[in-house]
Amino acid sequence: MITAEQKPVTEIINYISPYRRILLVGCNECVTVCAAGGKKEVGILASVLHLHFLKQGKNLEIDEITLERQCDPEYVEELAPHIDRADAILSMACGCGVQTIASRYKEKIVFPAVNTKFMGASESQGIWAERCQGCGDCMLGITGGICPVARCSKHLLNGPCGGTSNGQCEIGPETDCAWRLIWERLKELGMEDRYEEIMEAKDWRPSGGAGPRKIIREDLSL
Amino acid sequence: MKTESRLEKILNSGNLAVTSECGPPRGCLPEKVKEKAEMLRGVVDGINVTDNQTAMVRMSSFAAAVIIKQMGLDPILQMVTRDRNRIAMQSDIIGAYAHGINTMLCLSGDHPKFGDHPMANGVYDLDSVQLIQTVKKMRDEGKFQGNADIANPPKMFIGAAANPFADPFELRVMRLAKKIKAGVDFIQTQCIFNLDKFEKWMEGVTDRGLDEKVHILAGITPMKSAGMARYMKNKVPGMDVPDEVIKRLESVKKENQAQEGINIAVESIQRLKEIKGIHGFHIMAIEWEEKVSEIVEKAGLSPRPEI
Amino acid sequence: MNNFEPEIVAFCCHYCAYTAADMAGSKRIFYPPNVKIIRVPCTGKVDAIHILKALEKGADGVYVAGCLEGDCHFKNGNTRAKHRVTYVQKYLNDLGWETQRVAMMNMSAGMGERFAGTAREFTEQIRQLGPNPIKIAARNPKEQAAI
Repeated sequence: MITAEQKPVTEIINYISPYRRILLVGCNECVTVCAAGGKKEVGILASVLHLHFLKQGKNLEIDEITLERQCDPEYVEELAPHIDRADAILSMACGCGVQTIASRYKEKIVFPAVNTKFMGASESQGIWAERCQGCGDCMLGITGGICPVARCSKHLLNGPCGGTSNGQCEIGPETDCAWRLIWERLKELGMEDRYEEIMEAKDWRPSGGAGPRKIIREDLSL
Repeated sequence: MKTESRLEKILNSGNLAVTSECGPPRGCLPEKVKEKAEMLRGVVDGINVTDNQTAMVRMSSFAAAVIIKQMGLDPILQMVTRDRNRIAMQSDIIGAYAHGINTMLCLSGDHPKFGDHPMANGVYDLDSVQLIQTVKKMRDEGKFQGNADIANPPKMFIGAAANPFADPFELRVMRLAKKIKAGVDFIQTQCIFNLDKFEKWMEGVTDRGLDEKVHILAGITPMKSAGMARYMKNKVPGMDVPDEVIKRLESVKKENQAQEGINIAVESIQRLKEIKGIHGFHIMAIEWEEKVSEIVEKAGLSPRPEI
Repeated sequence: MNNFEPEIVAFCCHYCAYTAADMAGSKRIFYPPNVKIIRVPCTGKVDAIHILKALEKGADGVYVAGCLEGDCHFKNGNTRAKHRVTYVQKYLNDLGWETQRVAMMNMSAGMGERFAGTAREFTEQIRQLGPNPIKIAARNPKEQAAI
């Protein structure tokens, strides 16, 4: 999923201070799962903002709406009946959702309430870790299911650098050395030989090097 | 001979080679480079010029290598893939060769986190193995990494690093094999303090006959003090400093620790000389270049052969 | 403000604090009437939004009273509640509010004295802090408008 973390509340307050009627929009997808911008977080943020502005003697009107998906025009359309009432929109979705709203409701300003972080997986309750950088040319099939692009701090494709110690990355003990993990996995699979095959210099075009990426499925287009 | 490199000539002649290094200054004075390099004249066969080591901004290795070349010495251009993409690196390789620099070392480089610009984005367009491949392709096929022909290609003698002490140990011989497969000509190892572990690694290397395919220069660093030894053990990633080394340094008076450090370095060289597959030494006297000649002399590696 | 009587909301677990309150009552142990008890099946049921809403609606202080650590009837509901109280405190801190306005308490069903003591101490603490700032703002609209 796409992971996100709520922005510092003071930053959000700075954004919306000039406005009185706020449309606070959550998203039912990734940000719900990573507890950053789902219905529950929308409620909490609305209440926190009320605490702040009521203390200032300002009665903020906050409309709370959580859409099925903010990155889909079909669902963003559901905001239409509420838009006129709002001076500004505060979105708790990832950057994709914020931009979908911005492109649909051009006359309203939209602010992000979260920082979109990375594509990750849940390691355990309350912990998410980066797993994919969307390089556009997946090599997990030859690296034992562990991605060196996303999980090696230097994106090294041909093995660990000289900085690994106690199986951890040189940047810190909280980061596993991706190549130690790949190596252990290859051993488990009995595929140690694969390690010595050189991975050629990567073509970064599918990774974004050739500019913003797009998928066009003519079979699905209307 | 693949190149005009003095290091290649020495290694091919069967002599033990000696290299050392010179870290460029964090400022513009060329004299700072010259002072350090001058101490190594006639003492070593090649001088590594580090490339923004520990991710701290310094005079570029290219510029400092040119200064050293103009002194009539033999710089070894270090190049890390951290700071530049393949376009910039290949252009620097051509530029360096145009200045007569014919030996280089391909590295990935310390992570930016360790330097004075931790907010910088690491590039890592290539890794060290792919950089080796690139330099070899430029030399042997006369082509850029992207396959276009090079008019007058650079002929670099290609080096790389090996750290026998990093994890996982069992992968370290394979990692060397991979660099050999990519086309590396010589290897400079990480500083060796744990000789037993190094010998074990070399056994793995010779068992596979890898020593026949590459020249291995053993990395030697003299310790200035017990404090430095402790620092390297605890703070430098991938460094293996056994407690005996620290204890030995602590066992002498503070003012004698530096000399004891040099003694350890010399003894290490003597012991490593006996190992099959060791073709030379890379002496990294960190900000202590003036001691390299003493170490080389005491280790019986001087005078350097005229080639 | 001299006759300020704090309004306190206490979310009390059915299996411990709520029963302790009962015991305090039957033993005739005095505790301040400022504390309004909301019975919950487990403090794990208390979410951040409940604490925040209580403050938003004008409570001067809010506390969550659950079983002793390690003794939760539903294994770890009280631990979850503790994390949520901390989570709300962090927001209060960011907003410049006193974090002491919310708290986590632990007690067992038999601790009638402890329940009453906790209620007295917390009420006194909130009395010292003064009213919920929202109420002050509502009482002095003109002063606030000048800010």
